[in-house]
Amino acid sequence: MKTGTYVPGEHPDLKPPVGQTGVLLWLHKNLFSSPFNIILTLVTAYLLYLMIPPLAGWMFFDSVFVADSRNHCRELGTGACWGFIDKRLGQFTYGFYPLEERWRVNLTFVLFGLALLPVLWDKLPNRKYLLWFSLAFPFIGAWLLLGGFGLVPVETSRFGGFMLTMVIGVTGIVCSLPIGIVLALGRQSNLHIIRWLCTGFIEFIRGVPLITLLFVASTMLNYFLPPGTTFNLLLRVLIMVTLFSSAYIAEVVRGGLQAIPKGQHEAADAMGLKYWASMRLVVLPQALKISIPGIVNTFIGLFKDTTLVIIIGLLDPLGIGRASLSDIKWTGLSTEVYVFIALFFFVCCFSMSRYSIYLEKKLHTGYRED
Amino acid sequence: MSQSIDYSSPPPQSSFSIGKLWTDKKSRGVLIQLLAMIAFCSVVLYLAGNVVENFEKLGKPFGFEFLQQESNYDINQHLIEYNSQSSHARAAVVGILNTLLVAVCGIILATILGFILGVLRLSPNWLVNRLAYCYIEFVRNVPVLVHILLIHGILVHSLPKPKQAINVADSFFLTNRGFYMPQPVTEPLFWAVIAAFAIGVVYAFWYRRTAKTKQALTGEQSPIFWVMLGSIIGLPILVFFLSGMPLSWEQPELKGFNFKGGMALKPEFLSLWLALSLYTAAFIAENVRSGIEAVSHGQTEAALALGLPRKRTMNLVVIPQALRVIIPPLTSQYLNITKNSSLAIAIGYMDIVATIGGITLNQSGREMECMIIVLGLYLSFSLTISFFMNWYNRRISLVER
Repeated sequence: MKTGTYVPGEHPDLKPPVGQTGVLLWLHKNLFSSPFNIILTLVTAYLLYLMIPPLAGWMFFDSVFVADSRNHCRELGTGACWGFIDKRLGQFTYGFYPLEERWRVNLTFVLFGLALLPVLWDKLPNRKYLLWFSLAFPFIGAWLLLGGFGLVPVETSRFGGFMLTMVIGVTGIVCSLPIGIVLALGRQSNLHIIRWLCTGFIEFIRGVPLITLLFVASTMLNYFLPPGTTFNLLLRVLIMVTLFSSAYIAEVVRGGLQAIPKGQHEAADAMGLKYWASMRLVVLPQALKISIPGIVNTFIGLFKDTTLVIIIGLLDPLGIGRASLSDIKWTGLSTEVYVFIALFFFVCCFSMSRYSIYLEKKLHTGYRED
Repeated sequence: MSQSIDYSSPPPQSSFSIGKLWTDKKSRGVLIQLLAMIAFCSVVLYLAGNVVENFEKLGKPFGFEFLQQESNYDINQHLIEYNSQSSHARAAVVGILNTLLVAVCGIILATILGFILGVLRLSPNWLVNRLAYCYIEFVRNVPVLVHILLIHGILVHSLPKPKQAINVADSFFLTNRGFYMPQPVTEPLFWAVIAAFAIGVVYAFWYRRTAKTKQALTGEQSPIFWVMLGSIIGLPILVFFLSGMPLSWEQPELKGFNFKGGMALKPEFLSLWLALSLYTAAFIAENVRSGIEAVSHGQTEAALALGLPRKRTMNLVVIPQALRVIIPPLTSQYLNITKNSSLAIAIGYMDIVATIGGITLNQSGREMECMIIVLGLYLSFSLTISFFMNWYNRRISLVER
């Protein structure tokens, strides 16, 4: 057969030209598609070259993971001194929780993981029964951490570190969702007084920083109680954090409620459903589905805001970090401490946001214009 | 089989009963509201009663006269005249100004960085796009307080002492005591430059209006951009040189252990400003990205099909529509900067929470009054910003027919 002529239907499969497939195509399309793009790529690559090696050296290659003091660290390496974190890891995790009772915290963490599983994963076998355990977990967890009924009681003032962050974060998240939904329904209500009360509450909370509310909780709350009564600082903080994030949740849910077409309400009315039934069976499932990204963002915000409790003297990881920085042996290691804490929060919050994206995709069924 | 019903007479009225108050929709609504009102009022009365009782028991008066007393504390950064003999009220004003300063600076920097990041995030260049993504995700998922403390720690611990300051052109010095730079000193003739600037601004906006009217009537286009640039920036510069450069710079100088003279940005201000801006920029970038993505591609194609050049497509079609989506969340980011500036107290930047809510509160023991002032101020900041942003939002929002 002569080259260049083919019998119809018997074309040989030629390879695509070089640069039209595989890595080269990808490189061309994504990095070198235009002169401007080429410059951008080169500049960025140069910047990365300037930044990454020193950063990686500081964090991993030149850093010291086990040491006795800062000077010891300096002798062993020029990078970060993770030995400090290593020495204080117990305190960073448990705060000042009694040493011999730390197993209770560990057990709570494990149970928390177990309780979370059926909530997050809907293909779990026997999910229905396991959800009952999830419902009971807050009480079991509280009992384990606080003690009493057979366990040695532990003062809440000894709570600290990541454990305190989890306690405040989880309690806030669990309590603020229902309150937020009720507030959102109240704000959308036809009853004027209910609407005004809810709107006033939401706008007030959203208008002031969380710190000022925590200040109110720590300095002023005693004025509002009958003389002589005091109650636990941690409890006050929990209440304030919950109220704070429930106002934000309410706004997110309101957005979802407003996106539900009026026909849905009317259809529910036409079916003869009462207010609560129509909300529970028709409106809220759809509204909550739309507002999932916003709700999770609020949760992430709440989780990050738990750090603010150091300002009124609770010892969350930041508080522990700041307190231990004043140790003469380890002075001047603030960067290491804060980077470590930043990584912890990044892991928690990033996984929350990835989960919300997954959930959003899974539930994506309608009412979103795109 | 049919039964005849007399439709002409009204339906039979059942007699009144207590139970009906609840089953009837209307009266139930009134009843619920009444109960809510009673509950709310009784809670407020109960709390107020407790407050009065507590104040009596402690023998504390209630009032704001303590604001006139001497404050007895120093504030390291004050935009107005202030010393420890000044009153608490003046300390409060200093605090408010510091809050506003860091909020305004933060809003400006965060907006610029956020828009740049948002555009980079949409770049077709994979490397740039991924880098922006990593930055945004890392910064967003770490508490702002950690950012503030981290940057403050780096500034205070890692920068050199004033003696070994990082020196840029003998005028800018970066030290662990702050960032020092030359301060402009105006001479009397400088008012002419300011006047020229004011005239330039007024003229520029008048020119733009007339040019737009002209374009609407005749279709003729005028070089709006260049005329505005010339009158706002060119005119003051011209006057500046004509009046013999009535401005000199005071250089910072190393005296003893620290720099004297010039303008100084304290590490507290710097770290708060940078942290708030970098943190909020990540959120603004996401808003900008989703705003631009929300403008459907058909709009760009339609504009190109009409023969608009790329730049005008962007300016006249894409950006106005994207802004409509971007502005509302941008407002809440601005509010967040203002509220997050209250974290200043963690690093000792003297904002409103640190002055009135911190030292004054501890000195005078007037928790109630101080917190009322602080909460009231923040509420008024928030309401003002959201009022302006709502007004702006209404102005640019889509007019639907």
